[in-house]
Amino acid sequence: MQEVTPLLEFRRVGKRFGVVHALSEVTFPVRAGEILALVGENGAGKSTLTRIMEGEYQPDTGDVVIDGAPVRLRAPVEAHAAGIRVIHQEPDIFPDLSVAENLFVGDLRRVAGIFLDRRDLAARTCALLARFGLERSLSPWTLAGALSAAHRQLLEIMRALRAGVRILALDEPTSSLTDDETKLLFSVILRLRSEGVALVYISHRMPEIRALADRVAILRDGRLVACRAIAELPEADIVHLMVGRPVSTLFDRPPTPLGEVALETRGLTTTRVRDISILVRAGEVVGLGGLMGAGRSELALAIFGQDRLMAGSVMVDGAEIRLRSPADAIAAGIGLAPEERKSQALLLMRSVAENVTLCVPDRVSRFGFLSRAAELLVANEQVERMRVKTPSLDQLVSNLSGGNQQKVVLGRWLARAPRVLILDEPTRGIDVGAKAEIYRLIAELAANGIALLVISSELPELIGLSDRILVMAAGRIVGEVPRAEATEQRVLNLAMRENLSQEAA
Amino acid sequence: MDETSAAQSRTQAVIGRVRWDRAHQLIATHNFSLLIALAILIAIFGALRPDVFFLARNIQNIGQAIAILGVLATAQTIVIISGGLDISVGSVVGMSTVCIATVVVWTGSTTLSIAAGIAVGIVAGLVNGLIVTVGGVNAVIATLGTMAAFRGVAFIISDGQSIPIFDRDFRVIGDGRFLGVQITIWILLAVVAAFFILMRYTLAGRNIYAIGGNPVVARLAGLNNRAYQIGVYILSGATAGLAGMLLAARTGSGQPVSGSDGLELQAITAAVLGGCALTGGKGTIVGGLLGVLILGVLNNGMILTSVPTFYQMVARGVLLIAAVLIAEQQRQRYG
Repeated sequence: MQEVTPLLEFRRVGKRFGVVHALSEVTFPVRAGEILALVGENGAGKSTLTRIMEGEYQPDTGDVVIDGAPVRLRAPVEAHAAGIRVIHQEPDIFPDLSVAENLFVGDLRRVAGIFLDRRDLAARTCALLARFGLERSLSPWTLAGALSAAHRQLLEIMRALRAGVRILALDEPTSSLTDDETKLLFSVILRLRSEGVALVYISHRMPEIRALADRVAILRDGRLVACRAIAELPEADIVHLMVGRPVSTLFDRPPTPLGEVALETRGLTTTRVRDISILVRAGEVVGLGGLMGAGRSELALAIFGQDRLMAGSVMVDGAEIRLRSPADAIAAGIGLAPEERKSQALLLMRSVAENVTLCVPDRVSRFGFLSRAAELLVANEQVERMRVKTPSLDQLVSNLSGGNQQKVVLGRWLARAPRVLILDEPTRGIDVGAKAEIYRLIAELAANGIALLVISSELPELIGLSDRILVMAAGRIVGEVPRAEATEQRVLNLAMRENLSQEAA
Repeated sequence: MDETSAAQSRTQAVIGRVRWDRAHQLIATHNFSLLIALAILIAIFGALRPDVFFLARNIQNIGQAIAILGVLATAQTIVIISGGLDISVGSVVGMSTVCIATVVVWTGSTTLSIAAGIAVGIVAGLVNGLIVTVGGVNAVIATLGTMAAFRGVAFIISDGQSIPIFDRDFRVIGDGRFLGVQITIWILLAVVAAFFILMRYTLAGRNIYAIGGNPVVARLAGLNNRAYQIGVYILSGATAGLAGMLLAARTGSGQPVSGSDGLELQAITAAVLGGCALTGGKGTIVGGLLGVLILGVLNNGMILTSVPTFYQMVARGVLLIAAVLIAEQQRQRYG
């Protein structure tokens, strides 16, 4: 490659949090008109690096260099002024403002000094949309809150472009997008590359990286372990470099002998799911597949007593349970690791020990008084078993990486030794290493006779883990696929056929 | 981090030699800065009125003055940690004093009257708790409403009059001493100690932190949020009833207007100064108590240095806003 001054360069960048080296001696360039994939396990330092790019954090050592000159970015405003934007997984949009207002917020022209110039705004918005071929799918006056995840993401990218972005980082942009939406996003990304924008693309998805990236930078434990052209690195090597050990990317759980029916629902109906009757046996892993919004998480919340039942019943080990709140479900031996770790599962401002022992009050207290020794013992048992990487049991859970946070959630339920465990997207946003460990754990739990209901949007994962797969669409179970016949195609067909017939009806 | 050092640090954790994590460090830093603020206030007022400020009599005055605020503020700390707010405490104090006075006049029994005062507080707390949880009304609005209503009840019970208490046994609470220290201060210490143990060493306290920190997580972990929230409002009400007893004993009367001089404002100020986040889940009893001490020294110092009453009011309001401002700054900086 021709040696021109790179648009952005990290030079020996280091950042510490207390005793933890989040980044050390990270050096690599990002050139105009290239897509650089940034990969690494969770906790490897990718987020810290994007936050430094964005001016949220300042490096302790080293420099961020733009156009060959070191700069100090003390706040996001300064990063924006320097032409840097980071698009996060959850786009920052104003849900109650229109597409046009979101795009041009801060630059709204006025008529007669006071009134909003809607005509000018519409014209400028349409011009911008046309540039990305989005003029048909997006109307300037749609409320941003009503947009799909992909369109919100595109909205934020366009806003960045309008402000004259030169360096754009995207943090796992496709994690909540459908295939079509992903294609749309990719076409926008490729167009930006051809326009000379320097792109940093963070993702766990190997096919995407292969399809988009020119080069790949791999971080491990805060250090750069490789930065090479994508063509020089086969997939297995990338994974190997990320994890530091060879990892099988395929997962196939050995089937275990099934026991009695542990969980049964009959005609379960809430406002969001209808007439659900399912069986899960002890030692069985039942996968729950379907598209976004098919009602899978809602079914989990219904079984767990969070959503009020309008009809139907839930039985554990053959006995019907009175389900008024999650407390009833937990008492009956059900556990749930919900979809949103941070907002539904973890007390971020509390310690690892406290989060692990949250559901086992009897084991950590006597006559209502906490026993510190018992708490640490119970927590340590689970932390060891789950191999949670944490400097101490008193570490705030918010300081752990996603994979370790998920292990804390699982440890919480294992401390209770549940009969039934519902895992909603157990590996979302988790790096390959931690994923493999969670698969191993699911296999172990099933072998120990726990009934598992696993929700996942990643089809290979769903197929690899499940004894059979129930497919949901529009709040109902629309089909069942046994393990032997499970293919991505079959599951998808079931999930989508129902959608089509719904629309036709 | 490699396997051995991780295992080592875990073992360390288990045998109890735990390094302080960031949260504890922040709390410790916060309490330390409160101590410094307190020291500065003492230095200023000590320098301005060296003749009076350090006299044992004045220090006891401060103690006497903060006893009522102290129990209210530490209870308020718990309410705020649980994610709520109780603005009605001043009115509950008023209701409590008139009930106590009425019962003493009728029966002559100190025990019965105190029981009545606390019972009124418990009922008031239950009402607040039910409105907030079952009714789903925002805590600020709910207790703003009951603040007005409870004040009205206090006037109805007393027919708008101040009711004098001549009962000697009862008055002892206000001016008696035990081991040379006023009984009111002993009561304050007992209440603060009980709250400290509750929030630090009991399951209930830990669950209150959990519910205030994230109610969704707490519910999905099987906690009965509603029961805890109602319990916290009852605790706040009962404490206000107890504060009513202290006030009635000190003034020797039950007055429907008592507690209307911004007690709730001062209690909230102290709690926020002490490091409570109004969003819940964060704060400590020790911090709340330090907040009270600062307010107490400030009030006392302003009186000693003859700051006019109206200006004192302005100062208290400014202090509340300053406390929130500082807390907000810290939140932004440390997340």
